[in-house]
Parts: sequence; C-alpha cells; structure tokens
Amino acid sequence: MGKGKEIVCFCEDVSKEEIVKAIKMGFKDLETLKRFTGISTGPCQGKSCLFQVMRILAQMEGKKMEEMATTTIRPPARPILIGALAEGETRAGEG
Amino acid sequence: MQGERYSPRIQEHPILSFERGRKIKFFFDGREIEAYEGETITAALYAAGIRQLTESLKYRRPRGFFCAIGKCSSCLAQVDGVSNVKTCVTLVKEGMDVRSQKRKFSLLGSLVSAALKRGLFPSVGGHYKKLVGGPLVWPLARRAIKAMAGFGEFPEPNPTLGKFLPSETWEGDLVVIGGGPAGISAALYGAKLGLKVALVDENSRLGGQLVKQTHRFFGSKEYYAGTRGFEIGRILEKEAASYSNITVLLDTTVFGFYPGNILGAVQKIDFCKEKMVKLRAKRMVFATGAYERTLIFENNDLPGVMGAGGVQTLMNVQGIRPGKNGLIIGAGNVGLILAYQLLQAGVRVEAVIEAMPGVGGYFVHAAKIRRAGVPILTSHTILKALGKGSVEGAVVAKLDDKWNPLPGSEKELECDFICVAVGLHPSFELPYQAGCQLKYVPELGGMVPVHDQWMETSVPGIYIAGDTSGIEEASTAILGGRIAGLSAGLSLVKDREAEKLRSEFVKALEEFRDNPLSAKIREGKKKAQPR
Repeated sequence: MGKGKEIVCFCEDVSKEEIVKAIKMGFKDLETLKRFTGISTGPCQGKSCLFQVMRILAQMEGKKMEEMATTTIRPPARPILIGALAEGETRAGEG
Repeated sequence: MQGERYSPRIQEHPILSFERGRKIKFFFDGREIEAYEGETITAALYAAGIRQLTESLKYRRPRGFFCAIGKCSSCLAQVDGVSNVKTCVTLVKEGMDVRSQKRKFSLLGSLVSAALKRGLFPSVGGHYKKLVGGPLVWPLARRAIKAMAGFGEFPEPNPTLGKFLPSETWEGDLVVIGGGPAGISAALYGAKLGLKVALVDENSRLGGQLVKQTHRFFGSKEYYAGTRGFEIGRILEKEAASYSNITVLLDTTVFGFYPGNILGAVQKIDFCKEKMVKLRAKRMVFATGAYERTLIFENNDLPGVMGAGGVQTLMNVQGIRPGKNGLIIGAGNVGLILAYQLLQAGVRVEAVIEAMPGVGGYFVHAAKIRRAGVPILTSHTILKALGKGSVEGAVVAKLDDKWNPLPGSEKELECDFICVAVGLHPSFELPYQAGCQLKYVPELGGMVPVHDQWMETSVPGIYIAGDTSGIEEASTAILGGRIAGLSAGLSLVKDREAEKLRSEFVKALEEFRDNPLSAKIREGKKKAQPR
C-alpha cells in the first residue's frame, strides 16, 4: 500500500507533500501558493487548511507564525444558496 | 454492556435523555435507511453503519464527516436533487433521496486518479505547467480532467424545491452574531440598556457549543458553577426569549460584511426554502466562536477520524455512539472531557495521547478518566490511521525532546474511531471583512482581532466576545459577552449603573484568570491589546 497521504486541504485534496513541493518550486507566499495548489478555495474556504499551510510555509521559510498574513477572505464566508440572493434582489427591485 | 447487542443509538445515558421523533425511511444511494425525525442525515447514516459520505476530489479517497457543525466540507452530498448539501446540519425527512457525490465511472478518469495516487503525474499545480503545451497533449488532458472533475451526477431539477422568499431588512441598534454563551450574554446586556437587538445564529437553537457539554462548570455560583453545560445553554436561551427588544434569528447564516454596517445573511425556513436578511445596525458584536484544528498525519482523512466537537455533537446532541472503542489525540480539557463523555455513553476509550510531556487540561478531568482506567500517553503522537474505508486502528509513537518520533517506539493501537482534540482556531472571517486589525496570538489560539478591555476592536462600534476574541471557556465567554454588550450600549446611551457593572465584569474576568493555568491567556490578552 505504501505511505498513506497526509491531507492538508480536505476540500481540494492537497497533501502535505504537494504543498512542500510547491513551496520548493518557489511559491513562497500564501497568495500564490493558494492559487497554485488550490488550498483554501474549496467549500470550507480554508477553515480546515489555512493555518496548517501557514505553519508549513513558516517552518520552511524560517519565519514565525506572527509574521505571516492570511489570505484575503471574501464573502460569502459560508456556502449559501444563490437562489436566496437572487430572489431577494428581484423582489426588492419590483417593490 | 455485556451480552447486550451493540446499538449505535444511545438508549440510556446517566445525564442526557434523547427524545427521538417518528421512525422514518430515507434513501442513500438507493439503499433504504431507517432514521428518526429530528436526526441529521449524517447522524442517521452513521447509526446505520455508513461512515463514508463522499469521495475526495483528486485522489478519490473515502471521506466521512469531521466537524458535524457545518464548518468543514467532508459531508457534502446531493439531497433531493440539490448538490453540495451539508448533511451534518440538514435534518432527515421521510423519503429523502440522498446521493453521495461520487463521480460516474469513467476509465480515463480512473486511470488519471490512479496515476495521481502513485505520483506518476505532475500532481500539484501540474495542470498549469505540463498539460497545456502541445496540440496532442491538451485535448487528451482536457478530456481526462473533465472525466475526473465535478461532484457526482448532474442534478435533475426538482420543481418542489427552491422556494425562495423575498428578502427582509432588519434595522436596529445592535446585531450580535453567534448565539453561544458569549453572544447571548452580549445580546442580554445590550437589551438591558434598552437597545433594539438582533441575535443571529446559524443553528436551530441557541446555546452554541454548550448544547453538547454534560459536565458541571467550575468557578463561582454567579457564573453558573455547578450547573451542566447544556443546562446553562437552556437558561441563557430562556433569558434571551424573555426580552421583547431582542429578535432571535435562528437558522440564519451571516455570509458577509458590507460597507455601511450591513451584514448579509440567509435564513433557512425549510430545506431549500430560504430568504435573504439584510441586517443594518449601529453597533455589532461578533461572537462567532471557533472551528476545530485539524492534525496532519498519514490517512488523517479516513472516515472515522473526527473532530472532538464533531464526536460530541454526534453523541451528546444526536444520541449516537461514534463507535465501540476510541482513540483521543490531545489531552487538553476538550480531549479529557470528551474521554469522560464517551465513557458516559458506554463507549470504550483505548487511550488519550498527548504530544506534550504533561497533561494540558485541568487535573480533576485527567484524574477522573485515569480512575476509569483510561491510559493517558504523554510525549506521544499519532503517526498513522489504519483501515480500509474506515478507521480500524492507529499507529502511535513516543516523541523525543525535539518532537521527533523515537524510532522503534511505534506501536499499534486498536480503535474504530479517532478523535482529534488538538485545539480550536478563532473564527475571524467577519471581523476581517469589517476591517478589524488582526493579530496572530498563539496563546489565544491563532488569528484574533486586536481588542481592548471593553472588547472593542480597532473598528469603532465593532466588538467581539467569546472564542472569537481568543480560545478560552464558556464562563469567560459569558463575561466577555456581557462586557461587549454593555460597551455597545454605553456608546449609545449614558448609564452610570451600567458603567459600574461593566467594570465589575472586567474585574471578575481578571479574577477568573488569576491562576497559574490561565497564565497563557493573560499573556495572550496582553498581546491582543491595541498599542
């Protein structure tokens, strides 16, 4: 069976090995690392992985967690049904 | 329990009683499942022995739920034709058609997945670099990616669903987001000053995470010492209902902060029957709590590896045992209390393992589970979860003083579920969007908004309370919430008495933290102060 995977980002299925590889390739800041690997872009929006990735990056770059910044966190903070938003706007316009 | 047939549904519990609704039937991937009204889809499936709810995006690994409170993404399924439904917070209904979002079988897709698994493919970010070149590679790669991607089958439109209601606007003095101990307290004390308050929570009842706590609280009588967690939740819930100037909005998820002090929220009336609510208020308290930290180890995504809070929800709210024999990672208060709660529910605890050389939680909690015969293995870590499709065991190892596993110290433990109790991280999305200055403070659990002793953030008029202001406990969350609620009120109305009261609460909070175990929190709170 070999070595099992150590999953960091559960939504986008990114393992620790892959994150380490990407950092070694030169994606050394969180924003580009996010775009390259897809971490924190899934349905949970980084709630499971963001800080694990920050920690791995900090360790590899010899930085403290206090020196790290998070990625941009845009609305929606939680997955929601777009129908509720669409309906809300239509009716408001009609009224 | 000898001789008794194992049943995942808890019938008798020393503290809790579970009132189950009508017996109903629903379908999971075409298979008929028995359930009780009031159960979540995830819980009913778990009770039926189904732990795998979906498969992972790239590697097609089996996945089960982790958090059980709608914060992670491991439980998404298609329900009655609607994709990506969080089954851990959706109640099961008679005849519901639940389908796991596995992809349709495709030879190409399977081959690519298998290649990815074996590392034969440039996996991470590979699609940016390797596949786009060449007239031959890209068309083939595109087909392979299409075959692999996506969640399950394309849903068929369901005409009975999707009844969305016109949006509503609520305007008032104070909006409190989060109906846990901190949020309810903030709403109560804002209301005491005569403010028009909205208290918003995404769950169908107030109490936050108190609803799953069976232990009695410490401290002084004034702050509910000696009362069990879930009972404190009920007391606070009742108190909130007694104020006519508090509007409680349940099943309402705040999804964003917008300029002009507007919050966007969506209220769930029924499954797929929702309406948007705009909340506009002069003051805001964010008491949005925290989410569970994950831990990186081999096969950490195997169904049966769950967050400690997820296990508590399944067991103490839904009344379903997480398994027969559990392993707990982390001997902080959460891990220790969980061990005891598992024993209460008639579940064996194989061991509690802790990476630190000592137990992190209160001594009384550790003593209680040691007396019950549960070993606490300090300076130990988990290397690997074992099992095919679901947890069947774990490999743990001793750590040396540099946190490296000692070669030769690996041992296999038997267990059918693993609880990850390695701490929480403050939920900071809304303060971030509101422009509050954030700071990483390890003593407080991670990223927190900078705040003063009155719980005001760097944005005037925005306050925080509870775990959002640093991971602590319910008693301090109540005090912090009261301070935040009073501060919000006092910025709008003058009240000498309330000012005095607020100072008393600040003092009480200091006294509560005046012990060696709270040294870390005191240090963290200093760091989180504005300069």
